[in-house]
Amino acid sequence: MTIAIELDGVGRAYGDRAALTGVSLTVEAGQTLVVFGPNGAGKSTLLRVLATLLRPTTGTANVFGCEIPREAWKVRGRIGLLGHEPLLYRELSARQNLRYHARLHQVPGARVEELLDAVGLARRADDPVSTYSRGMVQRAALARAVLHEPELLLLDEPRANLDPAAAEALEPLLANRTRVITSHDPTGGLAEADVALGLRDGRAALLAPASEVTLAQIGELYR
Amino acid sequence: MRVLSALLRKELRLELRTLESVPGMALFSVTTFVVFHFGLAQAQVEGDLAAGILVVTLLFAGMLGLNRLYVADEEQGGFDGFLLAPVDRTWLFIAKALALFTYLVVLEIVMVPAFVLLLLGPTLSLGELGPLVGILALADAGFAIIAALIGAIAVRTRARDLIGPLIALPLLVPVVIATARGLEPLLSEGAHGGVPGKWLAILALYDLVFGLLAVAVFDPLLED
Amino acid sequence: MYGKGLRGLSVATIVAVVGAFALVAFYAPMDADQGFRQKIFYLHVPMAIVALLGFIFGGLLAIQHLRTRDPKWDLRSYVAIHISLILAVGVLITGAIWAKTSWGVWWVWDEATLVSFLIVFLLYATYTPMRFAIEDRERQARYASVFAITAGAFVPICFGAVRAQQTPIHPHTFGSGDLPGPMWLTFLVSLGAMALLYYTLYRFEIATKLARGRLSSLRRQLLDDDAPVLRRSAAPTL
Repeated sequence: MTIAIELDGVGRAYGDRAALTGVSLTVEAGQTLVVFGPNGAGKSTLLRVLATLLRPTTGTANVFGCEIPREAWKVRGRIGLLGHEPLLYRELSARQNLRYHARLHQVPGARVEELLDAVGLARRADDPVSTYSRGMVQRAALARAVLHEPELLLLDEPRANLDPAAAEALEPLLANRTRVITSHDPTGGLAEADVALGLRDGRAALLAPASEVTLAQIGELYR
Repeated sequence: MRVLSALLRKELRLELRTLESVPGMALFSVTTFVVFHFGLAQAQVEGDLAAGILVVTLLFAGMLGLNRLYVADEEQGGFDGFLLAPVDRTWLFIAKALALFTYLVVLEIVMVPAFVLLLLGPTLSLGELGPLVGILALADAGFAIIAALIGAIAVRTRARDLIGPLIALPLLVPVVIATARGLEPLLSEGAHGGVPGKWLAILALYDLVFGLLAVAVFDPLLED
Repeated sequence: MYGKGLRGLSVATIVAVVGAFALVAFYAPMDADQGFRQKIFYLHVPMAIVALLGFIFGGLLAIQHLRTRDPKWDLRSYVAIHISLILAVGVLITGAIWAKTSWGVWWVWDEATLVSFLIVFLLYATYTPMRFAIEDRERQARYASVFAITAGAFVPICFGAVRAQQTPIHPHTFGSGDLPGPMWLTFLVSLGAMALLYYTLYRFEIATKLARGRLSSLRRQLLDDDAPVLRRSAAPTL
């Protein structure tokens, strides 16, 4: 039982405003943590801290046994983030964007082609991202997130902008690794979760194995 | 090195696709020569006046480049994308500096002939071209280093188009001094003894000191 | 709690400053060439030296901040630069006065120190607006430190470059070459007094800011979110 994520009293403040306060949790390797909560509850902040993009202002955070961000350089290559921003240059094509990220992560070019096929963008791969529909952008961003086969995937509403068929087709790409997923869908979210975290005003209002969490409890978060 | 090449390819590819920086800088410089002509009421300039006009125009065109340098990254999540990669963050600075250096060189290919055509009195002999290129290259390196550093500061600051040049201009005064004084003999009428070595030395020293300094302090700018 | 030893420092500073003034006014001999107006030298040059050292000091403090990420170092760096900036304005003003009384013009371009100070002043004048334009405190402090280090390294280079471009034909200089004994003494005392003044102001401002920060934090704790937001300033709060 390896621990993938360990947070102890993690907080992140912006000046006087605290986006996260005292969040403590443990996620084992291979588990899926689903994070619920209203907008502004701190879900995206939590993901960014886990992605080593944000330094916690209080508490300690460990990913794969390394303290972040102090030792972040050791684990960065093992983490993939799909956030609100697709992190793609709009004037370049999907292929050019993915090739750029592939080179940064030392991933062979063949993997780029493989993913372009897998997400269904092979045909439009050479058009600038600015010409893509929102669903296509999401798919390209997803490809970027899993390009380097990360052991930990951080997904901020991964199915946004995707129709159910597309979302289902992409499931295999997201499976078989430790995942932290934010979700606004209580039923769907609980179904795929091993552990559920409910954030409210930056604090953990709910943290339990998914099997013990009821839909009503999730609903409470949004009240 | 692989990282640097990936970053640089992305930079140049983006610039080629969007043409956001170089054409604007080139057009700006030619227009500025026209403005100088009318502002100074001079049909032809030589010597220190010529050197001054050339350097100042290069400087201000460089400021335009500084303002554009990190905008795509800031607005399209390029910083995050880079920060997620398991690479040394200093490569971003080096890539940006090299990119701007390239833009300035391309700019000069347009700007210097335009200057010779529009404003320069004395003819520029072929023998003088070598030293001219040399000085401009050292000056471009200085501009590029400062712009890559200050641009990163400015892009995440309010009023970024203003604060960038405000900070960069005083920092670049030594480059202006050395470049202008160095170019002066090249742009003067008649034979001369060549560029005094001290200006090349000052430029080289400046580039070295600020190059090393920027590499040392760049990292903290990228965290959030 | 804050401002330990400030009273002693203040007294020492007052003594030193008064002493320096006395020496300048009554002890230092009149300059053969320039007469009484040369005495501004005892104000201008110490101010310049202390201001320059202060800027470099601010850069060193900034290095400490980046190494430890402790906001106290950022506060120290900010205050060091702040006070040096005020002294720099003083240098420009006293320099202008000296130029006017010596050569009849308010500004000269061939006094290397004065010109370098103008450039350095223009650079550091952007420090506070830059801080003000970054809302996130932690990032503001980090960026300010990068600025302070870069600017600190720039100071000597600027002086070197300006000096290098000076034409050797009759430069205007404020500097007096060899100083006779009594002048040296007066100069050293003035320099010491200026340095003491700088340090006292530095300690004072830090103490004030720390106290004010503590006050804000107490108000916030007592009043919860009802505490009115005090006027936003560029200065770091702890």
